[in-house]
Amino acid sequence: MTAVRVLAAMSGGVDSAVAAARAVEAGHEVVGVHLALAREPATQRTGARGCCTVEDADDARRAADVLGIPFYVWDLSERFEADVVDDFVAEYAAGRTPNPCVRCNERIKFSALLDKALALGFDAVCTGHYARIEADGAAGGAPALHRAVDPGKDQSYVLAVLPPERLAHALFPLGDTVKDDVRAEAARRGLLVADKPDSHDICFVADGDTKAWLGARLGVRPGPVVDADGAVVGEHEGAFAYTVGQRHGLRLGRPAPDGKPRYVLSVEPVSNTVTVGPRAALDVDEVVAGGATWCGPAPVVGQRLGAQVRAHGDEVPCVVTSLDGAVVVRLGRPLSGVAPGQTLALYDGTRVVGSATIRTAYSSLTSTGTIPTER
Amino acid sequence: MTAYLDHAATTPMRPEALAALVDELASPGNASSLHTSGRRARRTVEEARERLAAALGSSPSEVVLTAGGTEADNLAVKGLYWARQTARRRPVVVTTAVEHHAVLDPVEWLVEHEGAEAVYLPVDAVGRVDVDALRSVLAARADDVALVSVMWANNEVGTVQPVAEVAGVAREHGVPVHTDAVQAVGWLPVDFAASGVDCLTVSGHKVGGPVGAGALVARRGLDLTPVLHGGGQERGARSGTIDAPAVRALSVAAARAVAGREAEAVRVADLRDDLVAAVLDAVPDAVLRGDPDPAGRLPGNAHFTFPGCEGDSLLYLLDARGVECSVGSACQAGVPKPSHVLLAMGVPLHDARGALRFSLGWSSTADDVAALADAIGPVVQRARRAGLSSARARA
Repeated sequence: MTAVRVLAAMSGGVDSAVAAARAVEAGHEVVGVHLALAREPATQRTGARGCCTVEDADDARRAADVLGIPFYVWDLSERFEADVVDDFVAEYAAGRTPNPCVRCNERIKFSALLDKALALGFDAVCTGHYARIEADGAAGGAPALHRAVDPGKDQSYVLAVLPPERLAHALFPLGDTVKDDVRAEAARRGLLVADKPDSHDICFVADGDTKAWLGARLGVRPGPVVDADGAVVGEHEGAFAYTVGQRHGLRLGRPAPDGKPRYVLSVEPVSNTVTVGPRAALDVDEVVAGGATWCGPAPVVGQRLGAQVRAHGDEVPCVVTSLDGAVVVRLGRPLSGVAPGQTLALYDGTRVVGSATIRTAYSSLTSTGTIPTER
Repeated sequence: MTAYLDHAATTPMRPEALAALVDELASPGNASSLHTSGRRARRTVEEARERLAAALGSSPSEVVLTAGGTEADNLAVKGLYWARQTARRRPVVVTTAVEHHAVLDPVEWLVEHEGAEAVYLPVDAVGRVDVDALRSVLAARADDVALVSVMWANNEVGTVQPVAEVAGVAREHGVPVHTDAVQAVGWLPVDFAASGVDCLTVSGHKVGGPVGAGALVARRGLDLTPVLHGGGQERGARSGTIDAPAVRALSVAAARAVAGREAEAVRVADLRDDLVAAVLDAVPDAVLRGDPDPAGRLPGNAHFTFPGCEGDSLLYLLDARGVECSVGSACQAGVPKPSHVLLAMGVPLHDARGALRFSLGWSSTADDVAALADAIGPVVQRARRAGLSSARARA
């Protein structure tokens, strides 16, 4: 990319600081912005969550000072609340398992923020995501999204919602580097955040207890836990607190007849029912997903691709069996714990083809599987 | 070249004050020490106190030196509140909805921690307090009121408050009055003795002195419970070693500001009027907030809302063009929140998001105004394109 005006989103972490530094070094005119996403930011970080405290904003400010770039804090908390947090609650209430980082990239960083940046005269938004953007020779040089070279840090999954016109204005300077080298580079550049811990989990759930956080918003709604035959085997305090594939926290009084652990097979919000069953019943090899976004050329029926259904999950081979309304893929080997609401990301080699939101997944060999939950 | 239009946030040090500060920093001595160096430092402090008292129309013994305006406000609000609880329980603190956070937050703290009851006097559309509301409160329950705190002039929209009238009403009921005069000193005729208030806050860096120096001018005999305990300096009202260089520089700056006040107020008000005209010429739908009558407004203050724009977009775009101003409201983690002052004046939330304050001071020139006049039209045009993107898009 030739030298342009770049808005660097700076969370206060090491990745976005080094990404901004590289954008400066590449000759771009860089302005740093910290996004205030929490309505009532806490003063200090606790644990490894998020980037929404005053301390994080201060860390970002100090990194910008070291880089010698202007720095501002922009308040996107209302948009974040409406488009990410409220969506997260609504999805769980509907029995689905959303990925808020995907929504944040889709609706905040590369929508609200990018739109604002472009309107204010910037050419691109730069983030510390681990992913690569390369010109796609087959698509006339259009930008194509690829996995990062560091497989442990690759974040292409949470970016698989960006269409080419958004990718054209995105800058991911860390995609060709492994994390250890980024930390070393931060130290070399005199960035104090070089040793700052990585953030994990959901940034807006302060203590990491998603179940309690949801409970505080959705209330206690007791309902039955049933087995595949419909027999009641326990009680829960709200179906929203359960995710397909979950094993812990079921608090089932009676053991299963076969003595083996039971897992959540489905969550049905209308009847407020959680269905449990054996591990094997979780295996699915057919996934149906809607609301697709293609990061480049759309796939075709019959195309062999890779499928990934969670941020750090394995990629499994698949074949596209239908693109009629919904995206349907047949998996080359079964996956377990595939929940409605999760993002199905499709890969062609290292290239991200696109993504869609999972509606249902089932096994083509047996009748078990998750109950379809239409959006 | 930078056009600095944020003098209400802090104004550059006046050369005389800077010289006094640097000179004094080279001299050792703790003003509480009993030896020669200590006496020399003490003399510096007392001369500063006298200079400041003369500038503010008080007697030197009424000046309690503090580490700034916020501390002076805290001492006034909490100190008066606590002192007024001894004879009788008086839970009510009367203030306005448009005070600076250095007053509002201590009041809220008293509500949360001391069982105080806050009464916020309403303001009109230009931000001027309703004195009749004060009359009603005091007529109904003067015995319950610990203090009244009403600022001399508002830091955001520049509206001058009827402080003398407030003081007169409170005096009838025997209730002490505090006023935060941080923005007024050097621009309006602030005379402590004539004002009728019981205590008054002044800040060093708003008059061309150093940051971290200020004073609470408190009427003789006014009972104030200290906030800071320690060495018993300032007659026990405010412990802590007195910063002799800072108070000397503060007093020099305040004296200079007050001595040149009348001419400077006219000069700066003329610049301000040019600024307002230039902004309204470039952006006809910009709305001047605060009192349109210059008599009711700080000479250096111009405050606008720009429909369809976000304050942070405007601020960034102006900053990138070398024009420095403020979104005018308090920040939380560096994030400007919609101004409580504008909301109290009845400005709709969406308009309050697009607010900018331009404030002129002793070093302002016509070039500063010209720089803004050149920039503001295109800046508003661009900010409008970015729109209110942080507001709920799908609401």
